[in-house]
Amino acid sequence: MQFALLIFESPEAFAARNNDETDPYLGAWRAYHKALVEAGVFVGGDPLEVPETGTTVRLTEGKRRVQDGPFADTKEQLGGFSILELPSLDAALDWAARCPAASVGAVEVRPLAPELKLRITG
Amino acid sequence: MSGSGQKSTHRTIERVARESYGRLVAYLSSHTRDVASAEDALSNALVAALKTWPHEGVPQNPEAWLLTTARHSLIDLVRHQRVAVASEPTLLLLSEESKEVTLPAEFPDERLKLLFVCAHPAIDPAMHTPLMLQTVLGLDAARIAHAFLVSPTTMGQRLVRAKTKIRDGGIQFEVPHERELPQRLDAVLEAIYAAFGIGWDDMTGVDQRGRDLAEEAIWLARVLLQLMPGEAEVRGLLALMLHCEARRAARRGPDGRYVPLSEQDSQQWSLPLIEEAERHLAEASSRGCAGRFQLEAAIQSVHAERARSGRTEWVAIMLFYEHLIRISPTLGTRTGYAAAVAEAKGPEAGLVVLGTIDLGSVSGYQPYWAVRAHLLQRLGKTPEATDAFDRAIGLAEDPAVRQFLLQRRG
Repeated sequence: MQFALLIFESPEAFAARNNDETDPYLGAWRAYHKALVEAGVFVGGDPLEVPETGTTVRLTEGKRRVQDGPFADTKEQLGGFSILELPSLDAALDWAARCPAASVGAVEVRPLAPELKLRITG
Repeated sequence: MSGSGQKSTHRTIERVARESYGRLVAYLSSHTRDVASAEDALSNALVAALKTWPHEGVPQNPEAWLLTTARHSLIDLVRHQRVAVASEPTLLLLSEESKEVTLPAEFPDERLKLLFVCAHPAIDPAMHTPLMLQTVLGLDAARIAHAFLVSPTTMGQRLVRAKTKIRDGGIQFEVPHERELPQRLDAVLEAIYAAFGIGWDDMTGVDQRGRDLAEEAIWLARVLLQLMPGEAEVRGLLALMLHCEARRAARRGPDGRYVPLSEQDSQQWSLPLIEEAERHLAEASSRGCAGRFQLEAAIQSVHAERARSGRTEWVAIMLFYEHLIRISPTLGTRTGYAAAVAEAKGPEAGLVVLGTIDLGSVSGYQPYWAVRAHLLQRLGKTPEATDAFDRAIGLAEDPAVRQFLLQRRG
């Protein structure tokens, strides 16, 4: 079954993106990605731009309300996601624990909802 | 009662609860097989103790007091359920209700049976360790969940399911017969070692999840040894864990940096723990027939020898691994063997051993890649080494280990 790893990162982790290739956090990410691919569990995923680049849209009473910034105002923000093909939640938790963001932020593990997808896509 | 008196009463209750929890749960559930009800009854008794002991003083025999109170509570619980389920053991319990419940000064220690029930082949192996931690040591589901990286609700549900299986699945509270014993004992030892392993892997030092669990595992092994003093493998397991525990302080530099075993300052190892481990190992090997845990402890014992001699006898370690591989050819053993061969005979020889391991089985196994990277680096095969380092880093869970490998990779 497929799981999404939702990567929540601290401001420090987002700041590390500006460092050069020797940055240990980026190095850990390269290694982690390689391990996912080599283990044959990586289905897809991408990093997201920093939260400040987010724009949130709501429609209330037919009016468009646009807010500069991410949806939630929290210290740790969504920084990317990975979709993994794994046999069990336990396996997904193992991979989440190895994720470099797990020790400086948080990684939420969510199963994908293929049945709902089928109902929507027909 | 004064504040300090109250505090000391609370401490007494905590101590009695800790030391007697498993004994009481085991005794209360050994006939009904209803572990969950026994735990409920005991927790009611502990609440009652918290209420009455500060005023009336700690009873002469606190354990007997808790047992009596828990039994009354259990009878109440059963009375509530009696219409719904009136099984033979519960009826028996109710028939005893009419008799005066006396204060038993001594009651049989049924913890061994409880340990065998927790690690019964009919119970999901993944639940063996959590069940032991809860029923024998009294750890709550939230703490166990924390250690096993699942939500407290999930762990709570899994524990309930396992206990229902014990109650309704016909699992007997008994010490297995001789012909089954080695295999069944092995499951108990595995479960205890798994608890230690979780504690051992978790070295972040930020939270206490690991440290506590390693201590709980040692406690469990001590309980088991007390109940089965003649079993060499029980001593082997205890010796193994004590040897590892002895090095805890040396595994991290002052800055939190990861320090591999070969670079640890042996002055920081705990001599009393090493000596205790050695005593158990000597006692175990005097009984002949070296099992898996004794061999692993023997390997750690050779490492510990460095504190005295200043050097590591890698050939001895290699030979112990050869023996170990014959009885337990796990990935861990084979990787450890490769590392020992590399130290004894050179990195090429180590790589040859690694080469015998099926690649498909190591895609998620971090130590394999760490050893491989290290050996390739020693041979100056930089691109291959970098590749292996990347795999090891990507599979590392401990940030300090990840940092260490990143530095080594260069």
